[in-house]
Amino acid sequence: MTDVGRHPRIKLLCLSEVVDVKGYVGNFKVKIIKKARYVDETSCTACGDCAKVCPVVRPDEFNMGLGSRKAIYSPFPQAVPSSYLINAKECLGHNPAVCSKCVEVCAKGCINFHMSDEEIIEEVGTIIVATGLQPYDPTEMDEYGYTRFDNVLTSLEFERLVNASGPTKGTLIRPSDRAHPKSVGFIQCVGSRSATRGGHYCSNICCMNTVKSTFIIKEHYPDVEVKVFYIDIRAFGKGFEDLYARSRRMGAQYIRGLPGSVEEMDNGSLRVAVENGATGTLEFHELDMLVLAQGMKPAPSTQRLQEIMGLQLTPDGFFLEAHPKLQPVDAATRGIFYAGCAEGPKDIKESVTQASAAAMRAIRLMHKGEITTEPITSTIIAEKCKACGRCAEVCPYNAITVDVKAKKPAVVNSAACAGCGTCSAECHFDAISMNHFTDTQILGQVDTMLAVAPETKILAFACNWCSYAGADYAGVSRLQYPANVHLIRVMCSGRVDEKFIWEGFRQGAPVILVSGCHIGDCHYIDANHWTQKRVDRIRKKMEKIGLRPERLQLEWISAAEGIRFAETMQRMEILRRSVSAEEIAETQSVLSKL
Amino acid sequence: MSKTPSVKPVEQEPRIGVYVCHCGLNIAQSVDCAKVATEVADADGVVVAKDIVYACSEPGQQQIKQDIVDNGLDRVVIASCSPRLHESTFKKMIDSVGLNPYMLDMANLREQCSWVHMNDRENATAKAETLVNMAISRVRHLEPLTEETLPLTPRTLVIGGGVAGIQAALDLADSGYDVTLVEKNPSIGGVMAQIDKTFPTMDCSI
Repeated sequence: MTDVGRHPRIKLLCLSEVVDVKGYVGNFKVKIIKKARYVDETSCTACGDCAKVCPVVRPDEFNMGLGSRKAIYSPFPQAVPSSYLINAKECLGHNPAVCSKCVEVCAKGCINFHMSDEEIIEEVGTIIVATGLQPYDPTEMDEYGYTRFDNVLTSLEFERLVNASGPTKGTLIRPSDRAHPKSVGFIQCVGSRSATRGGHYCSNICCMNTVKSTFIIKEHYPDVEVKVFYIDIRAFGKGFEDLYARSRRMGAQYIRGLPGSVEEMDNGSLRVAVENGATGTLEFHELDMLVLAQGMKPAPSTQRLQEIMGLQLTPDGFFLEAHPKLQPVDAATRGIFYAGCAEGPKDIKESVTQASAAAMRAIRLMHKGEITTEPITSTIIAEKCKACGRCAEVCPYNAITVDVKAKKPAVVNSAACAGCGTCSAECHFDAISMNHFTDTQILGQVDTMLAVAPETKILAFACNWCSYAGADYAGVSRLQYPANVHLIRVMCSGRVDEKFIWEGFRQGAPVILVSGCHIGDCHYIDANHWTQKRVDRIRKKMEKIGLRPERLQLEWISAAEGIRFAETMQRMEILRRSVSAEEIAETQSVLSKL
Repeated sequence: MSKTPSVKPVEQEPRIGVYVCHCGLNIAQSVDCAKVATEVADADGVVVAKDIVYACSEPGQQQIKQDIVDNGLDRVVIASCSPRLHESTFKKMIDSVGLNPYMLDMANLREQCSWVHMNDRENATAKAETLVNMAISRVRHLEPLTEETLPLTPRTLVIGGGVAGIQAALDLADSGYDVTLVEKNPSIGGVMAQIDKTFPTMDCSI
């Protein structure tokens, strides 16, 4: 940690959050808000004189509320930066200063109540997302009495209690009466592997963390009785089984079964009822203290960052990697990588391994000193352009300029163009060609697909980043769906031109699906808003000319939603069967007259 | 609602190579790859159509490259796995024998056909044929494209200062890259800093 603070190449911004990311691989522009610390980081020596005189006492977050700190404080002894800070909400008042005792005692004059939040713009070539985790809050699992009983703790609270730098200097006491517990119980899978509460996934670290805790207890207090209530002990890593065996040899008891209820007794101890899966009997255990092995949830900032950067999440809420085996640290967006628990629950060793891998992937991109960009951008066909300005209006990247007054043809800034193709789809004059996804290329696919027995087929357009990837995910998961579904890949659902739809119906397609990223998740900022508008518009026109609008479906399917993809295809098949040969013939006849 | 748009004629008759990959049994167990290759062999512009056990393997790539040279192919359809997996592999492959890497299309016969229609060999084979024909149609209209090179900022933003963020930042910085490390809390360290002993070796975390 101190290496980070001292490294000449690392600019450390604490109390800071990323609020906006613009640009593309190699050239991201990031807006960061750095909150006021009210203490000058560079001159504070962490002498602590200020905290001694501060009258405000608050629970210490670092010690999970088991200790206290002042309103001016250092988060923990080894903090980096080591500088103190003021929690402005807790301070008695600083503008004007009400108490200002800290200011008076600070010999170096580091405290400045006039500091304000700073906006910082950073230009970077690559981004590593390492936002970590949030421990599961077991409040909702009321049967364990976490909020009702003093001596029921979470594993992180227990960690601080037996930590040499913790509030008790590592002495094991229980909160209700500060007595040394004679028996300690651990309940596993709290917030993990549950269909209803917390996550349905295994949080990966809780088994071994509990094994470690039993080891610590037995090492320091061999007479304390230790009982672990579990479903399975997952000791799969290098050296894990060994530690588990040692814990059992030292006398920790492992009881298969999760408790059904916990009651508090008069002396503050806890009575745990559990069905022992090994013996098939209902047992009651009296324990002085109970530790809930809490699982991991994604960090609270995950969703916001996902929206800012247009990334994808798994249904669990963790970040989704570009490929589960071959690109486990890459985001689908080039130049963005994941490290640590942001991508899924993992222990320290795996986090470090993944972080080194992410750093390597970033270096691999940057070491050439330049970036090659795919030429999948739009091109204006100047002689067809009427300078109406529609393309510039719909471009999510402001990459197109049109001088509407001078009637000069539109100009595309190809460095800024990300290649969604929305402009090409929206142009009324066919004056924009989307490289590698031209009208001719896509219409050729539509025609070929529908050349034979069109009435038996389902035509589906899928965006590269979400729904096409979701279809791949259905494949990887071996989810079965009707074999008459044929996908046409486009970079963005925004590319799906009205004429592709009309051409599909004209060629006899019974049903057509347009699918893309969920609103808010679009890889091209908000290009899929235009998809939505366009599909609404086409459906209105369909209604007007006597076509059933439901024959055109719009569905948002993310890269992780293989099941949703397969289910959508089943629904499309039901819909297809509702379209008769007469209806198709009627449609073709109506469209041929227009 | 425009009328059927006129399809631009291809200026020079294209010479297409089509390769239907078995992917071992991944595709071949649900799709009759040899049949697909035979059925599409007469499509416009197709000069070579073959099934191949592993298109992505070294011998597989070697065979395709040899065909490109021997038959003067100018565009290629690979019917195999998802382009999200191997498009870059095959782009590099055709690039290495002088074709423009964008003169390639892939038909997704694995993730979007054999794996999702596992007990329906007849229909899966029919769908595979359609998908390959669609790819042939697309590849006929492809145009060579050139990649652009742009300047790059050799700096990395690391979001989060827990153990992962710290490790990534140090690895990058030690390799000579500038790093901006953003942490929302007043100190870096994350959850790791709250832990004393760590499993399985019981050493100190900080």
